[in-house]
Amino acid sequence: MRSVRPPFLLRLLQATTRQGWLALGVFLAIAVVLLPTLHLLVPEGSPFHVSSYVITLGGKLLCYAIVAVAMDLIWGYAGILSLGHGLFFALGGYAFGMYLMRQIGRDGSYQSDLPDFMVFLDWKQLPWYWQGSDSLLWALVLVLVVPALIAFIFGFFAFRSRIKGVYFSIITQALTYAAMLFFFRNETGFGGNNGFTDFKRILGYSITSPEMRVTLFALSALALALTLVLGRYLVSSRFGRVLAAVRDAESRVMFIGYNPLWYKLFVWTLSAMLCAVAGALYVPQVGIINPGEMSPANSIEIAIWVAVGGRATLIGPVIGAAIVNLSKSFFTMAFPEYWLFFLGLLFVLVTLYLPNGVVGLVRKLKQGARS
Amino acid sequence: MTPSRWRFEFTMTRYLTRFLCLFCIALTARAALDPALLKPLAADDADKRIAAIQKLGATANPEAALVLKALNEDNLYVASGRLYRLDGERAFDAASGDEIKPAPDNGEGITINNRVRGEVANALAALKLFDPDPAVRLASAMELQSGVTPEMAPLLARALEKESEARIKALLTLAHAEATLGDKDTAVRLAAVQALGASANPNTRNLLTPLTDAANEPAEQVRRAAYASLSAVESRLALGENVGRVFTGISLGSILLLAALGLAITYGVMGVINMAHGELLMVGAYATYLVQTFFRNHLPAQVDWYLPAAIPVAFFSAALVGVVLERTVIRWLYGRPLETLLATWGLSLILIQAARVLFGAQNVELANPSWMSGGIELLPGMVLPLNRIFIIGFSLFVLSLVWVLMNKTRLGMFVRAVTQNRAMAGCVGVPTSRIDTLAFALGAGIAGLGGVALSQIANVGPDMGQGYIVDSFMVVVLGGVGQLAGAVWAALGLGVVSKFLEGWVGAVIAKIAVLVFIIVFIQKRPQGLFAFKGRFVEN
Repeated sequence: MRSVRPPFLLRLLQATTRQGWLALGVFLAIAVVLLPTLHLLVPEGSPFHVSSYVITLGGKLLCYAIVAVAMDLIWGYAGILSLGHGLFFALGGYAFGMYLMRQIGRDGSYQSDLPDFMVFLDWKQLPWYWQGSDSLLWALVLVLVVPALIAFIFGFFAFRSRIKGVYFSIITQALTYAAMLFFFRNETGFGGNNGFTDFKRILGYSITSPEMRVTLFALSALALALTLVLGRYLVSSRFGRVLAAVRDAESRVMFIGYNPLWYKLFVWTLSAMLCAVAGALYVPQVGIINPGEMSPANSIEIAIWVAVGGRATLIGPVIGAAIVNLSKSFFTMAFPEYWLFFLGLLFVLVTLYLPNGVVGLVRKLKQGARS
Repeated sequence: MTPSRWRFEFTMTRYLTRFLCLFCIALTARAALDPALLKPLAADDADKRIAAIQKLGATANPEAALVLKALNEDNLYVASGRLYRLDGERAFDAASGDEIKPAPDNGEGITINNRVRGEVANALAALKLFDPDPAVRLASAMELQSGVTPEMAPLLARALEKESEARIKALLTLAHAEATLGDKDTAVRLAAVQALGASANPNTRNLLTPLTDAANEPAEQVRRAAYASLSAVESRLALGENVGRVFTGISLGSILLLAALGLAITYGVMGVINMAHGELLMVGAYATYLVQTFFRNHLPAQVDWYLPAAIPVAFFSAALVGVVLERTVIRWLYGRPLETLLATWGLSLILIQAARVLFGAQNVELANPSWMSGGIELLPGMVLPLNRIFIIGFSLFVLSLVWVLMNKTRLGMFVRAVTQNRAMAGCVGVPTSRIDTLAFALGAGIAGLGGVALSQIANVGPDMGQGYIVDSFMVVVLGGVGQLAGAVWAALGLGVVSKFLEGWVGAVIAKIAVLVFIIVFIQKRPQGLFAFKGRFVEN
């Protein structure tokens, strides 16, 4: 007798193990309740006070972790190395940045309804693609739809022609490079090389207030938790198993009768959307978005987060993003000259000696201890 | 105009004037000038002075040239109504050219303003039109292409009559036509307008355009002729522009080719994706810089020859870096292209930072050798810089070097054997692992040669390689992996196409368009322009 598939929500809940839910619960309790309380309610002099620096850095790390998980879904589970994920991250950031720019209102240096850079360019009205950007809802729609659309169109043609491996990597790199050049132009209408900055408020609330800061932080934590649950569900589902099969032996999967195009395309588009969400959460927290985010170097750095943490595990990328970015903060403050040496060595050593990343190392050590 | 080119022209004119003076002094039978003609030069009225200068220019008299030259150099004096010029300590009468002894000491210098000085320069150029040396006449005729006044018409007509050299004659015809463009006689104007149709000077467009308008030109036949000449000039200019674009396109293509040739070996032939390739270009460029520094400090007399000396140095230093990279990292990642990509990216970061630590974050300064400065003028306003021409030649040289190495040497044969069937090559005794190292070193060395070329036209700094990596991969991918011929066509095609696009839509959009084109192209032909014929199983 054919067993009946349980409903989606149940499957979603069942995909993550009891331990997993417990860990997520602890994580959310810390990120959504504990840290905000310590930041808002504990006075500044107290040893238990969490400074705004920690909250901002933590918020940034959470966004990076979402990007890393998104990258892992496409690279670790589908074997497609994208060197253009920074593009989707930046597009999400720009889409939300448009809303933030409109929220500045007349408080800019030119006291105009238009964003400052448009006044500077002597534009008299908003370009068509800025219409509706003063609504938060529309901004959120843009955040999800624009990167998804670009990813879908690009992915459709790339995967249909069965471009893969290094070719695909190089082309995605060219894609983000071209987009960076495009956004560097003033005429594109996104602030040229200065990008968007000087944000004032979201929904009328000041963007620099401690309350807004912890809200964004908690939202990032929530988004990361949702990403992990969704990711777990995807990779443990039938879909995830086909995807892994495509990664390991694409020709064989095709001979069995699957069309890898839709599997790859789905995970590719989803990955781009996750990146965009991370970008949209990132921009209000750091207060700036410019085309530099689309540089090929940024995108390739995402890959190293995943590689350091461990590919084809979901917790690995989160750990990797944290390790690399915390070291970056440390080095750029303590030894700025050695940061690139460290990052370069990380790339080399991880690929040579840690093919499964930190998570793989821990697993190996555990196995060694057991036997 | 580059400073070096300016210097070149400056020395040329100085040489010419010196020659002219010698010639004038050698001339024994001197024709004296009419003192009445000289008188207004001492006047305070600038207009009278200019009229006198123009008349002097029209005399075709060598003595007039000396007077004008003295005036230009503030060596013309007036003492009690008599003009004389000083040449060092000696004084000469301006009209007769006889030496005055003793030299008067109460003379008052004649000073001129810039407007008058411009007239003097034109008049001097006009006088040179009658020089017996064709080279002087040619230079003078070229100089006259700008700043022709209607007053020069009779002078130019006379010069034209006397002129025998076809090239100078053509230039003089244009100048004469320009001078007679405003003539009262319709027939003269018509002839002038028709003659200007042979011009390739962008300024001619501005001269002819008003004449196609009935408001400025009453005679209809002249208007028609002006229209015809205008379109002739314009099509000639468009042709020149296109030739220029093709040239800069080929020049860009040859640079792309130099950057991509090494990659065509390491990626195309060996399948190693080397993201540090751009940094190997940088190594070559810095090696060139070091050789230049060495020459400046130890062999300052031969500093112009640092570039040929830099070629082997750059090749071997980049090849050495390549060997180190291959032996320590890349060797362990064969068959894992994505990991290779990440590891070599890390290597590129290390190399960039190393360059920053060793040479500083600023760009270093490299000078073109003097024999590479200047250019060849094809059309007025269109100069092909010599350094670009050299780089095109150099890329041809490197290309043939690679071709010979890959196809005519034992090493090349081994490399091809290993890439086609590693196991079988090993079985018949090819030392495969050493061949890997050598082939990678070769690709790195070629990149070093590319760095030598780049150092002559681009900034040399730690980040210089980053800008080329995407482009060179595009060339290799477009040309087809494993193909040298493909890389050549792809590089030249990309270069010319992007230069034409730049002319139409601007540099950034052109770059984006090219990238989008390649992305679309790869969809259609993932195997590149030139693919191996036949079927093969992937993986």
